Amino acid sequence: MPSPLKNLALTILLALAVPVRAQTGGELHFCLHGEPKTFNPILVDDEASENVRYLTGGVLIRLNRQTQALEPALSTSWKISRDRRTITFHLRKGIHFSDGTPFSSEDVAHTMRLLMDPETHSPTGDAFRSGEGTAQVQTPASDVAVITFPAPIAGLERLFDQVAVLSAHSPKKEMAVLGPFYVADYKAGSYVLLQKNPNYWRHDAQGHALPYIDSVRLDIQRNRDIELLRFRRGELQLINRLDAEQFERLQRENPAVTRNAGTGLDAEELWFNQSPAAPLPASKKSWFGMTEFRKAISMAINREDLCRVVYAGYAKPAYGPVSPSNHFWFNAHLEDPKYDPQGALRLLAQAGFRLDNDTLKDRAGNRVEFTVVTNSGNAAREKIATMIQQDLSQVGIKVNVVTLDFPSLIERMTRTFDYEACILGLVNTDLDPNGQMNVWLSSGENHQWNPSQKSPATAWEAEIDKVMREQATAPTEKERKAKFDRVQQIAAERQPFIYLINKDVLLAVSPSVVGAAPVVLEPWGLWNVDTLRLGPAPELGVQK
Amino acid sequence: MNTPKLRVICASVLCAIFVVGLFAGTVSPYPYAKQFRERPNAAPSSTHLLGTDSLGRDLFARLIYGTRVSLLLAPAAALLATLLAGIFGGLAGLVGGWCEKFILAATDLSMALPLLFVLLALRALLPLDISPVLSVIATFALLGLLGWPSSLRVVWAATKNLRNCDFLLLARATGCGRWRMIVRHLLPNLRPVLFAQFWISIPVFVLTEATLSMLGLGVIEPLPSWGNLLRGLEDISAVTANPWRLTPLVLLALVVICFQLILPAQEETA
Repeated sequence: MPSPLKNLALTILLALAVPVRAQTGGELHFCLHGEPKTFNPILVDDEASENVRYLTGGVLIRLNRQTQALEPALSTSWKISRDRRTITFHLRKGIHFSDGTPFSSEDVAHTMRLLMDPETHSPTGDAFRSGEGTAQVQTPASDVAVITFPAPIAGLERLFDQVAVLSAHSPKKEMAVLGPFYVADYKAGSYVLLQKNPNYWRHDAQGHALPYIDSVRLDIQRNRDIELLRFRRGELQLINRLDAEQFERLQRENPAVTRNAGTGLDAEELWFNQSPAAPLPASKKSWFGMTEFRKAISMAINREDLCRVVYAGYAKPAYGPVSPSNHFWFNAHLEDPKYDPQGALRLLAQAGFRLDNDTLKDRAGNRVEFTVVTNSGNAAREKIATMIQQDLSQVGIKVNVVTLDFPSLIERMTRTFDYEACILGLVNTDLDPNGQMNVWLSSGENHQWNPSQKSPATAWEAEIDKVMREQATAPTEKERKAKFDRVQQIAAERQPFIYLINKDVLLAVSPSVVGAAPVVLEPWGLWNVDTLRLGPAPELGVQK
Repeated sequence: MNTPKLRVICASVLCAIFVVGLFAGTVSPYPYAKQFRERPNAAPSSTHLLGTDSLGRDLFARLIYGTRVSLLLAPAAALLATLLAGIFGGLAGLVGGWCEKFILAATDLSMALPLLFVLLALRALLPLDISPVLSVIATFALLGLLGWPSSLRVVWAATKNLRNCDFLLLARATGCGRWRMIVRHLLPNLRPVLFAQFWISIPVFVLTEATLSMLGLGVIEPLPSWGNLLRGLEDISAVTANPWRLTPLVLLALVVICFQLILPAQEETA
């Protein structure tokens, strides 16, 4: 064939090939914000490793991050016994690990043994430790695994979303995976390279093997500004979690790349130190212990302003421990308290406080003044504290704001109890209330307002203890929900935590990523990574 | 422009800035903590000469109150540091022997400590329920108490040089008492060094406070200082969009330059 004709034919072929090639293959680039501490899925305890686990691990049951419903994954079905101690899995047949080792019920048994072994110190395994003794795993057939726990576990099936199955026989041990990608290369401090798992079990509706993308490169980059700069240069295709300022800036430059997944699960909250061991004056201990005082503070804080000024509108006022984004567990019957400084003053007056020349004083004539601590370097929290300072000055309360480096703050919160009030964020990665057990039980270390109590200090804390334990063993989800609704109601009535805002989950996704549908649950923009496709990288049209 | 004229201009600029800072309450159109929440990040206008910050606070008001904090307390901290350096550096240089060794070892140890981390640790040890004003005084007092070692080395070297000077040997030979020798002969000759150390320390402390505030550990909210005003510059694209946010940086640079240009005059006149 003459050369011009050859070229023409080649051009036509390439032109025809473009739409297909744009749909499969390619490398997805994004950043991890820290070094992954481990590639062993049962030892995962940090966000970076969790991202790698999600991308590489195959699980028996997968929580669909969009619908928040559980879906079969490596198991085709499962059944839980009435006493909620035993779960029986029916496994998919003909599945292989990334290195070709066949998958069977023995691998499930091996994974559970490692997970529950106290010597392994698996953070994922902690959630399964419901009572004394170990879990028993039976494998009556190669595609059936029966796991029996020593005590009932509420929300048992949901916990398996975090359990990546390990191979019992592969020489590659934890590096042999069942997820969409496997770890192909890792350079400490630089990157993790994941390659497509050729034996991944999922296929799309047309029967094409998933994932569509050939590889994922996760650059380790702690600096968020550099991450944003690289995204704007087109070097990255996705940023999970932007702060409001970055998001707004990016939206001004190119609205097409910004995605607001909606109100997130994380909350910012204020609480008063009610620990009897706190070295605080008796008067302050008495104020902080009064429900009316805490409720009045809550009423005097303008949450709408916090959302608008601090988060540029990318947040919603928070009134309880569960974000409205947690569809099942959110108690929609609770009334949203309104910003009402006058109402706050009335409540304070009922509790014996009085306003004297714009200064609030207690019964004994002490000026109401307290110090709020928060961690330094978190601009949003510092702004929240400064705004609360002004809001509370409207009801005659003087607030001092002190920022401390994180280790000093934790030392005061957990050991010396030498602080008056604190603003911090509650990171919620689990939809299920069992994940908050350590926060709500009075004996819990994260029961921040008065941690590690030997017996509940108040009647309402005793009731929370009782209801939380009941929900953990209730036989049906409906009953559990009713119990946890009551916990939310008590929290709203007593305000041990004054919830301030729920931040929106903000992301940046390059238009070259086809099929991205960010959600409010981790891993946000990557939850459907196996069905993402990469198209041609368009010009972002942003400042380089 | 000749040097004396330049020094006069610098001194006038510094005086003007000091006066504005001193009378911040009169000059400022608004209280520094007042939040105009409907107008966050507003551009300069007749209502807000330098616009507003991210919480809607008037930046002009915060700048002049911040000037008061930074320019009144930095010299106080510099004075404290110079005083400590003068006393201990002079003592080491004059007495010599084990006293000199001990003081110099302590100085070397202090210089080896990372000042920033020491400040962070000391700040964390302070009680939490102190007011913002006390906190700012504590911050500068800590700066003064910890900022002496480098000045001490200079003072020690100058004193050691002077100790072996002919005029001091002569004074000693004629039976001049120790205190008279210090007051009449040594101190007047150390004055230029002490002045230089004092003037050098002021911008250093202003900048250290700025660094501490950038870390959220200097002057606490809502009290402004140049340091916490400079935090608004962390976001470079926000600065590009709102160039007036650079005003605290311009003022800081101006003050540091003025101090540096005045400094030789002190050395020459002493």
